[in-house]
Amino acid sequence: MACQGLQKGETLASLKTESDGLKKKLEVERGKLNDVELHQVAEKTEVLGALSIKTRRVLKGHGAKVLCMDWCKDKRRLVSSSQVRTSTDLWTREHGVSLPCTWVMACAYAPSGCAVACGGLDNKCSVIPLSLDKDENLAAKKKSVAMHTNYVSGCTFTNSDMQMLTSSGDGTCALWDVESGQLLQSFHGHTADVLSLDLAPSETGNTFVSGGCDRKANVWDMRSGQNIQSFESHESDINCVKYYPSGDAFASASDDATCRFYDLRADREVAVYQKDSIVFGASTVDFSLSGRLLFAGYNDYTINAWDVLKGNRVSILFGHENRVSRVKLSPDGTAICSASWDNTLRIWA
Amino acid sequence: MQSFSSLLLSLRSGFDSGFIYSSGVVWYFCRSCLQSDQLLTSHSLTQKREKASVQRGRGKKESAPNLLCGRLIIIEDIVTQIQDETDGVPIRTVKSFMTKIPSVVTGADIVQWLMKNLCMEDPAEAMHIGSLIAAQGYFFPISDHVLALKDDGTFYRFQAPYFWPSNCWEPENTDYAIYLCKRTMQNKTRLELADYEAENLARLQRAFARKWEFIYMQAEAQVKKKDKTERKILDSQERAFWDVHRPVVSLRLSTLDYLLFAVSTNSDSCHLLFQILFLNTQLDRHCMKMSKVADSLIMYTEQYMEYDPLVTALEPANPWASDDPSFWDLEASKEPSQPRVKKWGFSLEEALKDPAGQELFLKFLESEFSSENLRFWLAVQDLKRMPQQEVAQRAQDIWTEFLAEGAPSSINLDSHSYERTSQNLKDPGRYSYEDAQDHIYKLMKSDSYTRFLRSNVYQDLLMAKKKVRAIYLSSTHRSTSVYLLCFFKYTI
Repeated sequence: MACQGLQKGETLASLKTESDGLKKKLEVERGKLNDVELHQVAEKTEVLGALSIKTRRVLKGHGAKVLCMDWCKDKRRLVSSSQVRTSTDLWTREHGVSLPCTWVMACAYAPSGCAVACGGLDNKCSVIPLSLDKDENLAAKKKSVAMHTNYVSGCTFTNSDMQMLTSSGDGTCALWDVESGQLLQSFHGHTADVLSLDLAPSETGNTFVSGGCDRKANVWDMRSGQNIQSFESHESDINCVKYYPSGDAFASASDDATCRFYDLRADREVAVYQKDSIVFGASTVDFSLSGRLLFAGYNDYTINAWDVLKGNRVSILFGHENRVSRVKLSPDGTAICSASWDNTLRIWA
Repeated sequence: MQSFSSLLLSLRSGFDSGFIYSSGVVWYFCRSCLQSDQLLTSHSLTQKREKASVQRGRGKKESAPNLLCGRLIIIEDIVTQIQDETDGVPIRTVKSFMTKIPSVVTGADIVQWLMKNLCMEDPAEAMHIGSLIAAQGYFFPISDHVLALKDDGTFYRFQAPYFWPSNCWEPENTDYAIYLCKRTMQNKTRLELADYEAENLARLQRAFARKWEFIYMQAEAQVKKKDKTERKILDSQERAFWDVHRPVVSLRLSTLDYLLFAVSTNSDSCHLLFQILFLNTQLDRHCMKMSKVADSLIMYTEQYMEYDPLVTALEPANPWASDDPSFWDLEASKEPSQPRVKKWGFSLEEALKDPAGQELFLKFLESEFSSENLRFWLAVQDLKRMPQQEVAQRAQDIWTEFLAEGAPSSINLDSHSYERTSQNLKDPGRYSYEDAQDHIYKLMKSDSYTRFLRSNVYQDLLMAKKKVRAIYLSSTHRSTSVYLLCFFKYTI
């Protein structure tokens, strides 16, 4: 790897020129491999039939905006977090238990189903073990694991209950050992708040993707902390990133009213999901099990289902009465759950 | 490039600054720009910059010419600058005991120069950086072989550019043999071989027994040099070269690969430097053509579409839509459905993801007496999920079970991966077995897995399921009770 040194007298400007020059060169190199568009190749694929996706359940009970939700691996329980006027409720539907956590912007279910992680404006991410005893004082069992210097925007357990990955408004992501609270690895590279992260679905992979206010989506190696790839094509903050089921690509939702699809092997954006009639920002995305459908929640209260390969919108899901804050596929792919600022959660199937 | 925080943790404590370099690129860092808990971003660097410059600058004007401060430097630029006739250190010939020592400079001079030109206030810092530069072989003490910089009258000599690390030296053992041979031909006591060198020579003589004559001839030819002074210098430089590449102990500091330098107060240049480094690595990346990528994405999606409940109608129906959990009951049962068995044939990953698939594959491997491969792979997966405290012990246990000599479940690793793994185990961590795991996975995928798919165990299950499913469908009936999410219990 050659990085030429500066001679005496060179300044910041020349560094900038070198950086810009390299960016252009990279664009040209990547452009050479761009021999066809995804939707063109997908023309030979069968058109999707009309989807029969409807609201199947409406979960009321939160007293305020629901900001986040996550499914349990058993595909029937979920955890959701909301922002009640003075404090935040967080509960799992099965128990109807209120878990103590203030200002929760991110929540996640542990793979074992025995604990829940939540974090937000308290700059921390805590883990709360769940028990079947309804009367047990769960507040006492809450354990702080992650410590950031700004709000926690996203959290997820890695393959076990023992490690947790968090993203934060301080511009970093971090990997934590749950038991000791030790920081195992930190990931630096974003130049603004990181709003979302997603772990690669592969059992053998050690990577994750993050998206932030610097309009970049970065792919990271968990072992070394290195930024492996970076994608910058959105025109505004990236609110959510999600891997395609094979792990070779990922999608992002942004305030610029588009969702984009990036492939890691081609190292470029391969599709943009947008429409002139869609002017509100997209806050969340998730794929269906096969990766054929991309569900995106928008600030105009709707959820749009896009055909990932062909690039057209297949369906609009109406029902929420305020912004959709989170959309997530159930672990077996049978349903989509959406959380909204209208205080409800909906299950669609 | 390691992340900042992990690099900072490897900095010697007490220093205000450090340096990052990789393959000759260097930039110089000011610690007072950093947050106390060492969580750093270039964003926070901007915030701290003003604070730092007030702390350090105190309104002092920098004395001109501060050539290297505040800029991206190649370590070799430092080394070139320091030898400059006008702005560098005084390199001279020193008279001593009837001989002349050509081309030397004192350690103190080097320290002074580094302090002035790299804006350091503490000589200890200059010694630290100087030692790291010395450890790379850019300059060396002429008397002993400790590649470190001392702030006193010790004499140092600069290495010839021919021997600089940026020439990507990977010197071979034959060259080393020739060199040691040459040393024995020089009849001066102070050039006698050290113990480890004598041992190395003996080892090499055994290894190269058949071509030792050739090596000896090469050595002889090289010993005939021209001018006495020139030979002195060249000999010492060659010696220093081998001190770096065949050290007495493996003291190539691991931090050396990632020495921390930074551009002093300017975080913008710091950020740009990282950008430039990053972009360079991206240019080296080999990418796939879009047409291939598109085909791959389409193939994956089409393969899984029949399993996608939101796209294809399920049999039995989607529980959320029909309020009938038969689909879930079927999935949870010990008897995997035919589509599920079929999925195991998509990839080894799919087979291992499903507990039933994993079980069948393990049984198959046991019948072939190669189950230790899968068990090893599973053990390493487990290792990665352990809490930090238990990692080291578990890593050792895995070694004992699978890799040690006479291990009960000995796996077959190529010698290269084996070497790497045993090296990793000196400092056991959750990723110590990555190479080995990768190797074993590829082995299973290309070898055992393909046989598994063709095996009777798998094929019988695949065919049998088709019949069973048909029977199931014809006899089942829908339940009419309504299930609310709240009351679902997980049944095994």
